[in-house]
Amino acid sequence: MTPNLFFLLASLLFSIGLVGVVSRRNLFVVYMSIELMLSSVNLVFATLSRLLGDAGGSTMAILLIAVIAAEAALFLAIIIHLYRQSKTLDSDLFSDLKERT
Amino acid sequence: MLNLIVVLPFISALLMALLYLQNTEAKRYWLYTIIGVGTALLITLLSLTLLYNAINGMPTLHTTLFTWIRLGDLDIKLAFMADRLSLVMIGFITFIGSLIHIYAAGYMKDDEAYGKFFSYFNLFMGSMLLLVLGDNPIIMFIGWELVGVCSYLLIGFYHHESANIKAANKAFMLNRVGDFGFIMGISLLFIALEGHGFSFNAIEENISLISTPMLTLIGFLLFVGAMGKSAQIPLYVWLPDAMAGPTPVSALIHAATMVTAGVYMVARFSFVYIQVPDVGLFIASIGAASALLAAIIASYQSDIKKILAYSTMSQLGYMFIAVGLGAYSSGIFHVLTHAFFKALLFMGAGAVIIAMHHEQNIFKMGNLKKRLKLVYITMFIATLAISGIPPFAGFFSKDAILVTAFASQHYIIWGVASLTAGLTAFYMFRLLFIVFHGEAKSQKTLQYLPRSMTYPLVVLAFGSTFAGFLGLGEGYGNSQLINTFLQLPDLHHHLSHATEYMLGAMSVFFALFGMTLAYIMFAHKTQEPQADSFVKRVIIKKFYVDEVYETLFIKPLLLLSHFIAKVLDPKLFDGIIQLSIFIYIGLSIRFRKLQNAKVHFYALYFLLGLSFMSLYLLYKLGVTL
Repeated sequence: MTPNLFFLLASLLFSIGLVGVVSRRNLFVVYMSIELMLSSVNLVFATLSRLLGDAGGSTMAILLIAVIAAEAALFLAIIIHLYRQSKTLDSDLFSDLKERT
Repeated sequence: MLNLIVVLPFISALLMALLYLQNTEAKRYWLYTIIGVGTALLITLLSLTLLYNAINGMPTLHTTLFTWIRLGDLDIKLAFMADRLSLVMIGFITFIGSLIHIYAAGYMKDDEAYGKFFSYFNLFMGSMLLLVLGDNPIIMFIGWELVGVCSYLLIGFYHHESANIKAANKAFMLNRVGDFGFIMGISLLFIALEGHGFSFNAIEENISLISTPMLTLIGFLLFVGAMGKSAQIPLYVWLPDAMAGPTPVSALIHAATMVTAGVYMVARFSFVYIQVPDVGLFIASIGAASALLAAIIASYQSDIKKILAYSTMSQLGYMFIAVGLGAYSSGIFHVLTHAFFKALLFMGAGAVIIAMHHEQNIFKMGNLKKRLKLVYITMFIATLAISGIPPFAGFFSKDAILVTAFASQHYIIWGVASLTAGLTAFYMFRLLFIVFHGEAKSQKTLQYLPRSMTYPLVVLAFGSTFAGFLGLGEGYGNSQLINTFLQLPDLHHHLSHATEYMLGAMSVFFALFGMTLAYIMFAHKTQEPQADSFVKRVIIKKFYVDEVYETLFIKPLLLLSHFIAKVLDPKLFDGIIQLSIFIYIGLSIRFRKLQNAKVHFYALYFLLGLSFMSLYLLYKLGVTL
């Protein structure tokens, strides 16, 4: 197993997440895409830690998992709250900051 | 003492201005009178003391208050110089000024803005003394401008009528034209001297440094200033309109003192004009033309103050003939005598106007000689003086000028001046006969004249009678007190006594002729002049000079401003600004589409930005893939 494959996988996951954020309107899908991007970064950390024989990368990866979990709780709470307010999850309909014309 | 003379009126003007502004409604007649008239009397005392000292051989006084500007070669001190010329000037300015102050205390008694009036009046006295006593042309110019400001303020004193404001503005603007020439002349003089000091003495010592063409230009430009201030052709049209001010103002500023500043200036710069006789001849010609023109117009006016205004302009013309032909002492002598009899005439006219309940048209007066006896007698003396009947003051000073013109062989100027002398007698006696003889036009009771308005007339009547003996010509005992006292660089011409007597007799003959003509035409039946023939119409319309100026200068200026205001500004300059606004609006319409409130679009911009940044970093780090 060459590390290049891991990097390729990480780039793929990141790109899929990016496309998801840009192109999808459902907030859940957007959220999952963001998680995907974060996971790909985590993968890069782990790979480099192993490759360089440095525990710092692994530590950072574990810390990131905790941060992602906390962020997930916050994100889901916001999404539920938004849904309760407007009965929709379409991101395009949340445009309260747009100028009134 | 010299500093005090100049500073005191300014202080009292400031004091009265503050008092007046503190409460404009308060009736403080005696307070203002004591401060205003008291200051005038005090500086008169000081000035006459100085003059007395100078007669007893005191040398020229120089005092410095402080250094005002020091910039390289430019070293301007607020300094005063009292030589014999300026002492004679301040002597009569303060003396006649005080009399007019006393007169004004009676004339303006019931005016609401009494305090303001005296504040302005004292300010004028201070400015005039600054003008006369200034040790360098810059200080003189400051005084010159300040008297212009005071003149403006006092012409527009009755500011409830728009015509008066218009007259004040006219005077101010025409003076600006003259002052432009004056300041150019001073600047050129300074540049030409190349930093050899700028006091009058220093200029006189270094005058040989300046080339003749340059000196000619300087002399001409300085005289342009005098044209404006002293109401000579072509800048004279403001003086008749200036009569909109209160009569004491006309007497003090527009007859006795300020308008003679131009003559004083030429005499002060006599060391310049003595070098350039061509400019002198030009000055004399302008003076002669102004004298004649004003005398012709005065003969057909019917407003008592306007007649006197044109007469002032005419007499100023005489003074310029004198100083232009190099007879500086005679010019100043005429300034002195003229101040006496013209102030007297104006104050008499003011008394008549007050007595007639503010009526200024002479054809609505008549047969006042019994009812205003004192005014009649004093005005008669003044009229005799201005017409040049011996032994009154005007005869000797006018004769000195006529003799100079004849002796320097400028016969045309002499002829014009003699003709004007006859006309002067004609229009002055016309005024006198219509107002005091003739049939009475109104039977209204006359308003009472306070003594403060009549006693100064008597003092001035004595002055008008005896001031002439200060400068008797060669043929009349040759006392020439004033000429030897002034020590100005006069050009001397010698004439045989017989010629001098003949000239004197001729001018007296002209005057008597004018007087007789006036008696025949106006002593019994009086009628307002009718514009029934072409010549008469032209004269009554004052040769259409105002109208010509209107079409030549005012209309094009109005057209130009209209063009700028209605075409250039909105179309061109506003257009440029509007264009930039359109560009911004167009751009914003395009760019606002990017902000469409859709989150994934924002994420896309985010991505694009990051991508470009990454690419840039890759390029900078030199990574090759």
